[in-house]
Amino acid sequence: MPGKLKAKIVAGRHLPVMDRASDLTDAFVEVKFGNTTFKTDVYPKCLNPQWNSEWFKFEVDDEDLQDEPLQITVLDHDTYSANDAIGKVYIDIDPLLCSEAASVISGWFPIYDTIHGIRGEINVLVKVDLFNDLNRFRQSSCGVKFFCTTSIPLCYRAAMVHGFVEELVVNEDPEYQWIDRIRTPRASNEARQRLISLMSGELQRKIGLKVLEMGGNAVVGYLQCFDLEGESGIVVRAIGTACTLDKLSAGANANAYTHPNTAPASNACNSPSKDSKEPVFSEDPPTALGPLTPLRVLPSSSPPPFSSSKPCSRQSSSSDTDLSLTPKMGMGSGGSVGKEAGPLKMLLRQQTQTALEQREFPFFTLTCFPPGFLVHVGGVVSARSVKLLDRIHNPDEPETRDAWWEEIRQEIKSHAKALGCHAVVGYSESTSICEEVCILSAAGTAAILNPRYMREGCLDIGSGDHRFDEPSPPSCGFCHIPYDELNMPFPAQLTYCYQCRRQKVPDVLFTTIDLPTEAAVSGKGCLIQARLCRLKKKAQGEVNATSISNLLPFMEYELHTQLMNKLKLRSMNALFGLRIQISIGENMLLGLASATGVYLSALPTPGGIQIAGKASGDLSNEQHVLSIQKRINDAMAKNKEMYHINPPELSEEAAGSPIPEPKQRSRLFRSQSESSDELSELDLSHGKKDAFVLEIDDTDAVEDIHSLLTDAPPPAGFYSCNTEVMPGVYNWTSGLQMFTSVRVLRLSNANLTNQSLNKIFTDMCENLLKSLYFKLRSMIPCCLCHVNFTVAVPEDELIQVAVTAVAMSFDKEPILEKLGDRAVFKGAGENEDQLQFPMELCAESASVAISNLTAKFTVSSSERCSPLPEGRSRSLRSTRSSGGGGGGTAVTVVKMTPLSFLPGTRLIKYLGIINMFFIRETTSLREEGGVSGFLHTFIAEVFAMVRAHVAALGGNAVVSYSMKECVFMENPNKNQAQCLINVSGDAVVFVRDTDQEATPTLIHTSCGGTDGPT
Amino acid sequence: MAVELDVFVGNTTIMDEEVYQLWLDGYTVNDAVKVRMVSEGMEEYEASAEVVMSDTMDQYRTFQMCERLLHNPTKLANQLLFQIPPHRQAMLIERYYTFDDVFVREVLGKKLSKGTKKDLDDVSSKTGITLKSCRRQFDNFKRVFKVVEELKGPLVENIRQNFILSDKLARDYAAIVFFANNRFETGKRKLQYLTFQDFAFCAGQLIKNWTVGAVDNMVEDMDVDLDKEFLQDLKELKILITDKDLLDQHKSLVCTALRGKTKVYTEMETNFKNLSRGLVNIAAKLTNTKDVRDFFIDLVEKFIEPCRSDRWASADMRLYLTHYTNSAHLLDTFKYQVVWDRYMGVIKSCIFKMYPQMSTFSTPLSGIIDQRFVHVKRDFGPLGRLSIFL
Repeated sequence: MPGKLKAKIVAGRHLPVMDRASDLTDAFVEVKFGNTTFKTDVYPKCLNPQWNSEWFKFEVDDEDLQDEPLQITVLDHDTYSANDAIGKVYIDIDPLLCSEAASVISGWFPIYDTIHGIRGEINVLVKVDLFNDLNRFRQSSCGVKFFCTTSIPLCYRAAMVHGFVEELVVNEDPEYQWIDRIRTPRASNEARQRLISLMSGELQRKIGLKVLEMGGNAVVGYLQCFDLEGESGIVVRAIGTACTLDKLSAGANANAYTHPNTAPASNACNSPSKDSKEPVFSEDPPTALGPLTPLRVLPSSSPPPFSSSKPCSRQSSSSDTDLSLTPKMGMGSGGSVGKEAGPLKMLLRQQTQTALEQREFPFFTLTCFPPGFLVHVGGVVSARSVKLLDRIHNPDEPETRDAWWEEIRQEIKSHAKALGCHAVVGYSESTSICEEVCILSAAGTAAILNPRYMREGCLDIGSGDHRFDEPSPPSCGFCHIPYDELNMPFPAQLTYCYQCRRQKVPDVLFTTIDLPTEAAVSGKGCLIQARLCRLKKKAQGEVNATSISNLLPFMEYELHTQLMNKLKLRSMNALFGLRIQISIGENMLLGLASATGVYLSALPTPGGIQIAGKASGDLSNEQHVLSIQKRINDAMAKNKEMYHINPPELSEEAAGSPIPEPKQRSRLFRSQSESSDELSELDLSHGKKDAFVLEIDDTDAVEDIHSLLTDAPPPAGFYSCNTEVMPGVYNWTSGLQMFTSVRVLRLSNANLTNQSLNKIFTDMCENLLKSLYFKLRSMIPCCLCHVNFTVAVPEDELIQVAVTAVAMSFDKEPILEKLGDRAVFKGAGENEDQLQFPMELCAESASVAISNLTAKFTVSSSERCSPLPEGRSRSLRSTRSSGGGGGGTAVTVVKMTPLSFLPGTRLIKYLGIINMFFIRETTSLREEGGVSGFLHTFIAEVFAMVRAHVAALGGNAVVSYSMKECVFMENPNKNQAQCLINVSGDAVVFVRDTDQEATPTLIHTSCGGTDGPT
Repeated sequence: MAVELDVFVGNTTIMDEEVYQLWLDGYTVNDAVKVRMVSEGMEEYEASAEVVMSDTMDQYRTFQMCERLLHNPTKLANQLLFQIPPHRQAMLIERYYTFDDVFVREVLGKKLSKGTKKDLDDVSSKTGITLKSCRRQFDNFKRVFKVVEELKGPLVENIRQNFILSDKLARDYAAIVFFANNRFETGKRKLQYLTFQDFAFCAGQLIKNWTVGAVDNMVEDMDVDLDKEFLQDLKELKILITDKDLLDQHKSLVCTALRGKTKVYTEMETNFKNLSRGLVNIAAKLTNTKDVRDFFIDLVEKFIEPCRSDRWASADMRLYLTHYTNSAHLLDTFKYQVVWDRYMGVIKSCIFKMYPQMSTFSTPLSGIIDQRFVHVKRDFGPLGRLSIFL
């Protein structure tokens, strides 16, 4: 069924001078969608043309609407020669295809040229008339909402979480096609931008289809990545979590939510996973394919890939290797499952089987969960695999790439199973490519989930509240081990939970998710990074892949050790948001692990770090050891104070039994490690000491200790974390600064050792952080949240580090600082706002509670963003003002943040996903201010284009913003450089908490009778 | 190990006012880093030279990228590249267009041409303001001049709207444009004691009363060109000095009014004719462009200096001019009352402004300049502008 796309070109402004003779421009516009092109008249001799064109109408399939972007080209008319292109605007139509998102796109867009950057702006109006599509065999998936946010979006309620969706599409890279030799760089860049835009459109549509098939209506935690494989093509792949979301009315009677199906459903699911510690996950019956040998799916030329799975789990992971693209969900109806018909049918099905059982991959890209969703957390599971790339011969059957990921996912699944968990949360996938070698990585957190969330109707809140009163108090339940104590997958030191005293907890907990809202923490958290460089010989093909494979486990192991040491040094016992990136270059491997350390009250106090010297009675050596020991002890004491870690003193009697001593007796052997599985590394405990022992017996260890102590703490007034919220900081103000910083270091010395390289890399990261603190000093007291480092080795001897984060200032008054217990915090929130509770119960992370709690904002009038009405009227105003050309209309302020919320505000509408890909190239690098000037301009331009698109959708902020790709290449000798940037996020409308009255008119009522008062 | 690339880009463009000022003052990145390293509050952040350097480079880059927009301030408000809160935009523009009084004194009344621009290195070494900063200021004058040259409507308002400047700054620019357009001589030694603000005030008076805009507010160049008709009319005032009766009558009226009210009565009485001739001759000659240029020097030579040499106090001078102006109305045969008022109103306020305080006038001119240098140096810490430039 077709839809009608309508576009109107209103005006342009600040156009560049294209005719040197007159210092003016004869501009006209081409509007292209698919294969149809319309043109406006030429507006002669003007830099602020007023085309005021008719409505250009395109009648197209909704499939095309999803895939294709609207392409607007501004040109300078030339009577005698070819018309010169000024630049282009690509507009993604997708947000208009969803009834709940934007209804019109209207505003000023920067006109972008891949060689010259932004050249003026153009005012455009776009609308879509979509006819309802009831065709069950349709190829389009209009209406499925996409969110980058890795939690249930703030103004929605998850009626059901369906599970993992993934898809990938491949194509040839235009940059490597033969035609590229004869076309201009501009044409080549534009071909690439357009192709990637098309591919992501197609990918999104295909994922949407899968979601509809599963009966969902949204994808949360949508993560789309590009793999530029060079000669072998471009892979665009995406993963996400399919959900059924209901729009929440922010209105009064949210408390009265009662789904008709609540009662029967809750009876039906007496969570089997709850009491028994048995893994409830049961796999699909394995097909008769036998153990999955990675070699089988590899091209014959490739070496045996490195596999990080443990031998024991290898067997169990060899399940369904069908490699089909669609997960088998056991849902027969391939067509769209109407929301009306769904619940009953599904209810029947669910009464007989656990929801997770059907899932091929019980993975969730979410990192924040509704309370009660997460039952237990096992630990981090990760898998990496080294592959040799070859040309993708048939783009329509990207089997190889699919098979590779399939293999990795299977491994993750089996790891999770080994930890007694049936699901993986906080799941993500990434790649690193250098020449023809590619590392595929996947990581997540093994967990046991409350299966009722996977069933229709069970997630409803309100009257069903009591169901959450499970035996284990929610505040510490997730820390309790999911695996069998007697049959542990790895030896770990277990103690009774320091909070409930009933269940066992591990001594440390590593996870890739955000700190659960209900978790009780002591003090504040901090960013912990482990950094590592390993040299490798230059090699080709298989040899190269093998040497990388051989290095990987050592790197993982060392990163893990560093993390563990740094965690102990800070007297903390848990890591959240752990992200380990391993990047390959020609002659080195870079490893960077970032996480947020916290002190979980439920876990035992970490022991100290003890330094042990060599056995020899060398006096000077012993003194050396003593001095290091003293420095470490001092550092620990200082850290405790700095992060306000004062765990509540528990009397030993209260526990009934003596508190088991925290006997973390690991002595770390550096010689061997057979596995990269995070938790299996604890396998090395040994000795009789209570404390964590570091033995100085070789230079490596000395280096380790030094790196441990050289990490400078952030200056006073600064905190940092890489998670959504900083544990221990609640009273955010609205002061907010999102930024991207990129550094490239050239290694001058050819004869570097691993150690010196490590030092250089560590210093680089540390200096970058110091620079950030300095830059943002005016925001003190302030926390850098969601600090996301990405490292790359763009060339020989170049190390690139890119950081995107948000600095948020908070009120200094320690109103809540001492509340180690969130329960108190929640209680306080209750008085504040009655509405907050239902929201929080179903969809919220801590943020709403937090923002409601801090009613006292220091909003400077200048910093205030335009509230909604202003944002909405913007399009009108800008159209009007276009008459003036350079008129004085203020540009809508668009906030950007990598977090899923904006402090002090409420998100009232999600307008759609922003997913943009840009290429910028220059042949006059020096003139543009060198590499720094070039990249600075480009990043600023990317921000500007994101803001313009959001504003045109009627939004005033981007949440969950991330820069997923920043590929920078330079050739200073030729005065050239090129950069590719891919960014994504969710366009939203927010209102300040203080502007309550603005909301009701704009809030959609929740769909489908779920909010009927009962 | 070399940092090949180092950028920081915020969604809201971060601009440090201190660094901005250093940039505007034409400091190189290295000099700016030196200044910043010793400025207060740096120890708190344990800022190493490296960190400050990185930050300074970033900021300088940002300013350079913004400079294009600052040349056309109305664009700054609706451009999309930088997200800058409105109050910061205002700050950026205001500071960018702010000039050094010492500098403007050097070029005030000069043709804003390439030739003048070439001489800026002399101005730079004389004033201790970096050449870069001199050029920026000069280009600002020129840009404003070019834009408002052909606009209709009031000058100050045009400047304020086209460059989004504060009222005060817009007025100053109006003065600069006015002076440049009429090429008033301000560089002579005798005029050195006058500050830019003195001239700006005078310019304001001239614009308000003597230009075309004073009578008709919808013509081109209304506030930039003097009212030709009015200048013609001024010739008629000559009667006050050519007609012997009128001159004597005028003198006696003034003398009667001032007797016993001033300490310098005798000097006034003896000098009356001289002074009156001086002022009226200035008026009569204003039709010549050349004499318009010498307007201020004439005021000083023909009126202020004679009074000063007779040690008239300001109050004496004020009293004299007031009565001198008013008495003319009592002359029966003098018919040019309107022109007279229009002329004397401006002359009075200009002279009031220009008439030096006792101490200033007795100080050698070089002394005044030296004091300013000291002032400039103190403002900018241990690294004075002069030293940077040299």
